[in-house]
Amino acid sequence: MSVHGPRTILPLLVEDLTYEVDGERLLGPLSLSVNRAEALAIIGPNGAGKSLLLRLCHGLIAPSGGTIRFASAAGSIAAPKRHAMVFQKPVMLRRSARENLIHACRAIGFSYGESLQRSGSALHRFGLASLADRPARRLSGGEQQRLAIARAAALDPEILFLDEPTAHLDPGATRQIEDMLITLKEQGMTLVFATHDLPQARRLAERVVFIHRGQVEEDDAASAFFAGPRSQSGKAFIAGDLLW
Amino acid sequence: MEFVSAFTKAIGMVADVDPVLMAIIALSLRVTLSAVFLAAVIGLPLGALLAVSRFPGRAMLVVVINALMGLPPVVVGLAIYLTLSRSGPLGGLGWLFTPPAMILAQFVLVLPIVVALTRQSLEDLWGEYREHLLSLGQSGIAAVPTLLWEGRFSLATALLAGFGRASAEVGAVLIVGGNIAGYTRTMTTAIALETSKGDLPLALGLGLVLLLLTLVINAAAFGASRIGARFMGA
Repeated sequence: MSVHGPRTILPLLVEDLTYEVDGERLLGPLSLSVNRAEALAIIGPNGAGKSLLLRLCHGLIAPSGGTIRFASAAGSIAAPKRHAMVFQKPVMLRRSARENLIHACRAIGFSYGESLQRSGSALHRFGLASLADRPARRLSGGEQQRLAIARAAALDPEILFLDEPTAHLDPGATRQIEDMLITLKEQGMTLVFATHDLPQARRLAERVVFIHRGQVEEDDAASAFFAGPRSQSGKAFIAGDLLW
Repeated sequence: MEFVSAFTKAIGMVADVDPVLMAIIALSLRVTLSAVFLAAVIGLPLGALLAVSRFPGRAMLVVVINALMGLPPVVVGLAIYLTLSRSGPLGGLGWLFTPPAMILAQFVLVLPIVVALTRQSLEDLWGEYREHLLSLGQSGIAAVPTLLWEGRFSLATALLAGFGRASAEVGAVLIVGGNIAGYTRTMTTAIALETSKGDLPLALGLGLVLLLLTLVINAAAFGASRIGARFMGA
């Protein structure tokens, strides 16, 4: 289904990234890369800087220092149509489910006809067609998050950032979200998701970046990380002993 | 007893569709709806822009616009009278003592209300939608159409407040319209005049219509917001 252009925006290279508020450093300096078609979990305790990192990479906030570079847009954040983001609490417009998707497609520049086609296709692909004409804000939390992922997928991004997408969901809804993400991964989409749900990171991620107090403590294959973290904080986090 | 008699006559005038009464009501509606329409066309985008913009002096501007909601109508009437008078900067238009002058006066009174309430309402909405819209590349002015549509139910209340201000206003339209019978006489100016003349039935009849009108428009706006909440989760 992918209609990515011949040029890829990946890898994403983050170098010496820092983020400060009123002189207080909340993140970094940190460096990492995101490669094409991988599923990367950003894990760490609450307040570690996971959400900040995703927002910086997606261009929602500006870094205090360092660089975030996509391969095809050296020195700057690439056009948003090539990377999309799903938030912890789904943001739904006061319109129907289908119109939410159409709005997103129109916003990034697709024609109305193309937006209609993309919306219908995404709703159908993720089993949401029966909800298409329901007011989006009247859907359950799980349905809204599935719709938010379908909305992002309708934009056909090359990389999808997800900020704790199942944090407020029950196990059934979490499973449905994970199935959607597996589908997107199989279709070649790069996934970067923040989570503190370790079983979820085990199920979905090929690679894990462990962040603690704004620093990358570990960056390893998921199997190697879960087999035995190298850092003390990583070990404590897996054991449930790392609070902050 | 005099009050009961005047009230009965007033009901009769409304029921009989008295032509003088109807002409006054029609002019009042024309002036007020025109003023609210113009204030909506200009004030809604202005309020939305103010909600999403950050610039030096913004807080002061917000305070000034909020303060302008309480503009004294007679002062507005006087300022517009001077502007439209023969020696004023817009005297060449020949609008003084005509309905366009009354529309202009009411527009000046309604505009700050529409801008201020739109800004307040959409600023809350912008807080809710900001990251999502930025994620789609909609920042600043690009987000305004989306915000205006998303806030449509609460913005109806802003326009309603503007309508209430304009329809109840008497000082400004009296000064710039001149209260000329059959030409610039509105419900409020007629009520003031007829009461001073002692013609209570006409004043009461107009008062009844004004109250009824306000009630109907409020009910419509309330219904719209309930429908919005029910069907769109507003």
